[in-house]
Amino acid sequence: MENATPSPAGNGSWSPRIIAFFCNWCTYTAADLAGVSRLKYAANTRTIRLMCSGRVDPQFILEAFAKGADGVLIGGCHPNDCHYAEGNYKMLRRFQLLKRMLKDLGIAEERLRLEWISAAEGEKVKSVINDMVKKITALGPLDLPGKFADWDREMTALAHAVESAPVEKEVAHA
Amino acid sequence: MPKPKVAFYWCASCGGCEETVVDLAEDLLAVVEKVDIVLWPVALDFKYKDIEAMADQSIFATLLNGAIRSTEQEAMARLLRRKSRYLIAYGSCACTGGIPSLANQFPREQILKFNYEDAPSVVNEAKTRPQLVFEEDGRRPHLPELHHVVRSLDQVVEVDYYIPGCPPTPKITQAAVAALLDGRLPPKGAVLAPDIALCEECPRRDSKPTDVAFTEFKRTHQKLLDPDKCFLAQGVVCMGPATRQGCGAQCLAGNMPCTGCFGGTDRVKDQGAKILSSLCANIGPKEEAGINQVLAGIPDPVGTFYRYGLAKSLLRRKVDLPMNNGK
Repeated sequence: MENATPSPAGNGSWSPRIIAFFCNWCTYTAADLAGVSRLKYAANTRTIRLMCSGRVDPQFILEAFAKGADGVLIGGCHPNDCHYAEGNYKMLRRFQLLKRMLKDLGIAEERLRLEWISAAEGEKVKSVINDMVKKITALGPLDLPGKFADWDREMTALAHAVESAPVEKEVAHA
Repeated sequence: MPKPKVAFYWCASCGGCEETVVDLAEDLLAVVEKVDIVLWPVALDFKYKDIEAMADQSIFATLLNGAIRSTEQEAMARLLRRKSRYLIAYGSCACTGGIPSLANQFPREQILKFNYEDAPSVVNEAKTRPQLVFEEDGRRPHLPELHHVVRSLDQVVEVDYYIPGCPPTPKITQAAVAALLDGRLPPKGAVLAPDIALCEECPRRDSKPTDVAFTEFKRTHQKLLDPDKCFLAQGVVCMGPATRQGCGAQCLAGNMPCTGCFGGTDRVKDQGAKILSSLCANIGPKEEAGINQVLAGIPDPVGTFYRYGLAKSLLRRKVDLPMNNGK
């Protein structure tokens, strides 16, 4: 997710980057279905396939944002349909608190989204991604790498002053 | 052979870390015998210019506690880095930002305004604030400037070792100092405490249920706490599962849950995300309303999960705060 990656808009203008964590059994299969059905949807997602939405460690989500994602989408099986019986409930519970915590840390609610998409719902993959791209485009870039660099600019003056001072030699009388 | 030079310095901290050094008690004397203390502002009188005059790398080890929050602290961190062979982040604040880094949730202007104008105990009708430079009797004293962002030591300069804890215990301090002096050093960047979660050494470990199903979260003042039972089994947030051991589980012995001061283990990138993950996965209800009712028992997730480490968390700070006094 380096900044060198061309923007999906393809014309140099900004367009959101969304990291999508899809579960192997439902949502990823649905995204495949959307593909073979030749459904067209916004090219802004980078999909990462996991065995279960319950495998989505909240660290993955925070790291995606910290490395430059404008949004994170998680797709899992509908309630009662989880291949591992409980994984999607674990994700739902984490999502509920993470959403609140991210709000406290200044990240707009629309940037994190959890959707239940079954293997048969290729159409829903399309509509969810298109809708999310629309909402995040309206919000504008999150650009945390840029923010981190901006925050650290308050240290450049001193870093320069202390590190450029002449190297001291051992003094004989010490 | 001359004794190795050692420096102690404090930045944005409460003084508790200094207290631990003193808590070494008689053992401190043994340490003092082996080293030459060249800087220790809390206890002994040395001048910054003495440090500036020293050769680069001529201090064997500097134990620096406190977060980096002002220009003075930043300058001293950079100076001591230059003058020391080993720079050690001592205590939670230097390691991960500590409690001072909870200020990363607020704009600097709001913090200054509250402290100098709005706090109930402040009387300051003229709204006087400390100035960076002012004139008095023909002198022009300078004061350090507060940064907008509170940082851990390694967000400012390179750090060789970490000794965590709020404060670190005398035991791990002693072990670390002994390892340093004997040259038994782990790889650079190591945290000088066991790399395993607190639960493993917790005296209440046997009462931790294999399947916790939280139906509510209570804060410590809302409940009579059983002194022998796992806090999680009592529906009380305990940071133990996401926190490194090495403290000797002292809080638990005092019938208080772990609040996470030793930080995560080496494999953890974000302690708050990890405890959130663990607690939430074990909530009983399966539908939104029920889940949120349980979660209402955690009113301040940032303050609870990042109490000692917001600066070093993946997001570092509330992301939409200004870097100037506007807004």
